[in-house]
Amino acid sequence: MAKVLMKGNEAIGEAAIRAGCKNYFAYPITPQSEVAEYLVKRMPEVDGVFLQGESEVAVGYMIFGAAGCGERVFTTSSSPGISLMGEAISYIAAAQVPAVFVNIVRGGPGLGGILPSQGDYFQATKGGGHGDYRLLVLAPDGVQEAVEMTMKAFTLAEKYRGPVMILGDGLIGQMMEPVEFPDDLRTEPSNKDDWASSGMDTRKSDKRNLVKSLFLDPKELNDNNLALKAKYIQMKKEEVLYEGYNTDVDYKILITSYGTMSRVCKTAIDMMKEEGIEVGLLRPKTLFPFPEEAVFNAATKESCKSVISIEMSMGQMVEDVERCVKGQREINFYGECGGDIPTPEKIIEIIKELL
Amino acid sequence: MQTEIKFAGFGGQGILLSAKLLAYAAMKQDFFVAWVPSYGPEMRGGTAYCTVVISDKRIGSPIIKNPSHLVAMNRPSLEKFANDVKPGGVIFINSSLISTRSERDDITELIVPANDIAIKSGSVRAANIVALSAFAAKAKLVDLELLKNCVKEEFAAKAKIIPLNMKAFDEGVNIANNS
Repeated sequence: MAKVLMKGNEAIGEAAIRAGCKNYFAYPITPQSEVAEYLVKRMPEVDGVFLQGESEVAVGYMIFGAAGCGERVFTTSSSPGISLMGEAISYIAAAQVPAVFVNIVRGGPGLGGILPSQGDYFQATKGGGHGDYRLLVLAPDGVQEAVEMTMKAFTLAEKYRGPVMILGDGLIGQMMEPVEFPDDLRTEPSNKDDWASSGMDTRKSDKRNLVKSLFLDPKELNDNNLALKAKYIQMKKEEVLYEGYNTDVDYKILITSYGTMSRVCKTAIDMMKEEGIEVGLLRPKTLFPFPEEAVFNAATKESCKSVISIEMSMGQMVEDVERCVKGQREINFYGECGGDIPTPEKIIEIIKELL
Repeated sequence: MQTEIKFAGFGGQGILLSAKLLAYAAMKQDFFVAWVPSYGPEMRGGTAYCTVVISDKRIGSPIIKNPSHLVAMNRPSLEKFANDVKPGGVIFINSSLISTRSERDDITELIVPANDIAIKSGSVRAANIVALSAFAAKAKLVDLELLKNCVKEEFAAKAKIIPLNMKAFDEGVNIANNS
């Protein structure tokens, strides 16, 4: 298929349709409102449903409802909107139904700003909602990867019967890049007979299923959480994704960075290479499960003297990096989070101070 | 080889569209491209700017501090960004609205009364197309026929305004070639 030039937000909407998702519920918020603007026109063309909720709280439960009925469903929002969905995300995790959430992150806390940020790393990877659950979090670095991750997210959500999040940022949402929608990522919704609620005429089974998140019996609740834990352990074994950049040379410094920020770091690395300075980059593509082993190995390479995590936040992923490097190397941090994305020139300045 | 072009003006001047058309034409010539808008709480009349990155390899940072070229559609844009342009670049100045100049001698100034030419072509709203074609003819980044086709495709749903935009496009090319 020929490449098309699309805004990240529109491309994410199209990717969901190509992945076989025909249900989209959302509430507008900058910088991701173009997803809804795109899908309000596009969903009817594929006999799909777009419904604007009265708030993100309502949207969260629309997602829960559709997922419980065995429908492929997703929503998109930005930081404050995702906070409002936190409760439903926790319920969805507990009830073990698949759903995809896209967070086109803006600056926070509070209403913050509308410019790109990576301030929701903790929210996405450590909680957001209450209780013992994890989100599988995918972090694209551009429009093409946002498309591919959105398409894969539906299969992952069904494989693990739980919520999956795409953690983008305002730049990925607003930027246009050429994209392709790989046909091999188009999948059919999986067999939902095992978990969708009873009474659906689309089910092929008579087995009684109850979709719920209330477990008053202590043993029942413990068992449910053990079942969730088993899934998270499986994710750590099977779903870790990362990219090494300039890691096959002897670098003195390793950058850890993800999403938009990692692209800026790559340009800085190329520019420093021309000056004869070797710097490596380890970019997690899944934030949970985190590439623990890869970060440790890249950081403890003999030539590597220190590590710096560069983020559009005040320091969030750096805590996971510290955890993984286990004190074997000095860990530094640089971040900006007002919305002005640091330039490659700024990154070079910071790296040179470490040399 | 990577080239970055900043388009700047006020909201409603078609800045984002001009930039998109250039990115689209470059994509059709198999370049890697990125179209990066500045988005903010702006409204019609507010500032609008946008950067297009064209490269023969995968684009790293889409955040550009010093673009290769600048298309300035109003005076605040010229004042704000003229000094950022890399030496050797082209600075397009819409002289219908800008009476000043860049005051740089290490770049090529392309001075075009885009609004006046657009009015003569049929509508002031085509000023962005005049600017696009004049700039593209001067900077020689993409094939002009291909770019013209992209303009035509863009207005496919509004066939009535295609002729005036085609005229505006040709006028822009002419003035760039004769300057």
